[in-house]
Amino acid sequence: MTDQPAIRVRGLRKSYGSQVAVEDLDLDVARGECFALLGPNGAGKTTTVEILEGYRPRSGGEVSVLGVDPAKPNRDWRARMGIVLQGTGEFETVTVREIVSHFARYYPAPRDPEEVIAAVGLTGKATARAAALSGGQRRRLDVALGIVGRPELLFLDEPTTGFDPEARQEFWELIRGLSAEGTTILLTTHYLYEAEALANRVGVIAKGRMLEVATPASLGGRAEAATLVGWDGPSGREILSTDTPTAQVVKLSEQFGGEIPGLTVARPTLEDTYLEMISKAEVTA
Amino acid sequence: MTATPATVRAGHGPLHAASIGWERGKLELREFFRTRESVVFTLTFPLILLLFFTQVINYPIRGGLTFSQYFVPGVLAVGLFGASFQTLAIQISIEREKGILKRLEGTPMPPAAYFIGKIIMVFTVVLLETAILLGASAAMGKVKLPTEPGKYLTWLWITILGVAAGSVLGMAFSSVARSGKAAPAVVTPVALVLQFISGVYFVFASSPTWLQITASIFPLRWIAQGYRSVFLPDSYADQEVAHGWEHGRTALVLAAWAILGLLVTARTFRWRNGRDA
Repeated sequence: MTDQPAIRVRGLRKSYGSQVAVEDLDLDVARGECFALLGPNGAGKTTTVEILEGYRPRSGGEVSVLGVDPAKPNRDWRARMGIVLQGTGEFETVTVREIVSHFARYYPAPRDPEEVIAAVGLTGKATARAAALSGGQRRRLDVALGIVGRPELLFLDEPTTGFDPEARQEFWELIRGLSAEGTTILLTTHYLYEAEALANRVGVIAKGRMLEVATPASLGGRAEAATLVGWDGPSGREILSTDTPTAQVVKLSEQFGGEIPGLTVARPTLEDTYLEMISKAEVTA
Repeated sequence: MTATPATVRAGHGPLHAASIGWERGKLELREFFRTRESVVFTLTFPLILLLFFTQVINYPIRGGLTFSQYFVPGVLAVGLFGASFQTLAIQISIEREKGILKRLEGTPMPPAAYFIGKIIMVFTVVLLETAILLGASAAMGKVKLPTEPGKYLTWLWITILGVAAGSVLGMAFSSVARSGKAAPAVVTPVALVLQFISGVYFVFASSPTWLQITASIFPLRWIAQGYRSVFLPDSYADQEVAHGWEHGRTALVLAAWAILGLLVTARTFRWRNGRDA
């Protein structure tokens, strides 16, 4: 039983009338894994995640989340997961400590609210009213409410939108910590470097379809893709596309008798790969 | 290797719902008292109404009373209905719009706890509102506080049934408005019409019969008459439409509305706006 994946989706379909939001989508997320869903706005990320969270009914396909069909949510199931939705700003006059302590009471085996507040970096703001928090701090409060119940599975829907780089780094540390403790995480994000920094695997969604599921390093054949080796030759800048970059560098080094002037070795970034996949999907659709 | 922890179950049963509901009530009250506008307006609105109207209208009415004496119980009833029906119908629409309800839906909170918390808040606000209004109007000689304990008992059950009926109707009605922004526009006219036809701003017995019958369908008329039975001398009972206080019928109508509102809320309450609600 414990070997069953945290999330198992087969042939998921969601349509509103004639408009298809999600089509024939498969997804497996193993227990303890951090999985990132990437995709442009309107690709079907939030629709998919909200079906998994038990908010939206699906039009077809099989879905199992922690062994339960999310179309029939129950409170025992809810107690095992944490949800960080998109959007914030609904609390105003209550303080961080009051909200987190209050939500802790909903769960059978919650984390210590003070520890949670510290983990999201809001200790200094524990007695501040929610309305007085910055956008990034409110988002961290959302995350605090998502993890206070000690979830087995945590959903994070675009968690770091509006964060400054430092807050994002801190947030990543928090997510890595949760992941190290064995929490399964399903993350949606616009930020490719975020997926690369956090996720064991990424899935790219466009037009409601899953284009590919892979590790961040191998997405779109990145690991095997031709590498661009560049250097300053006698007659100006030279760029060579090669499948054997190391051999090329060694050869160049011999030619130059040591250091190669202006050497660059670059593989396509996750972003390059992603954008290419998305634009192909746009063309074929 | 440690096995995966045995699955923990969420709290269940009415006691758990009541205890979470109590916590929600405390949170709701905190939010209420920290929002200055809601405190000032909700708590003093009945008082402003009383002061304003009794300046403009003050004529003797049948039964040896002045209009301002007649008016006090009516204003109490308006305050109760405002704090329950109006406040909840608007507030819950706004909370739905802001996604507060969606967030709660995603937790193991027992749904009943949300409603229990709201009723705790409403009941507290009604008690405060009543204390302020009665204190001020007694000081101004507009009301004589009853001395018989039985009258207070009547006040208590009318208040409890009135809060119950008004609150569940507010919860049911909160789903009528499509958005939080539209809620005040949908809710306020309903409340105003009810106040008008229920004999708050004029002597109920002197309104046309068809209006009396219409008003008698709804709870506010019965809360107002019930409060008159507490704060007006028993000699006035003869001036009521039925020449009596009709406590039995009042209890029946309010309880019926409370049950109806509960059934409608249970069947139609939405935690989210939108097409997948």
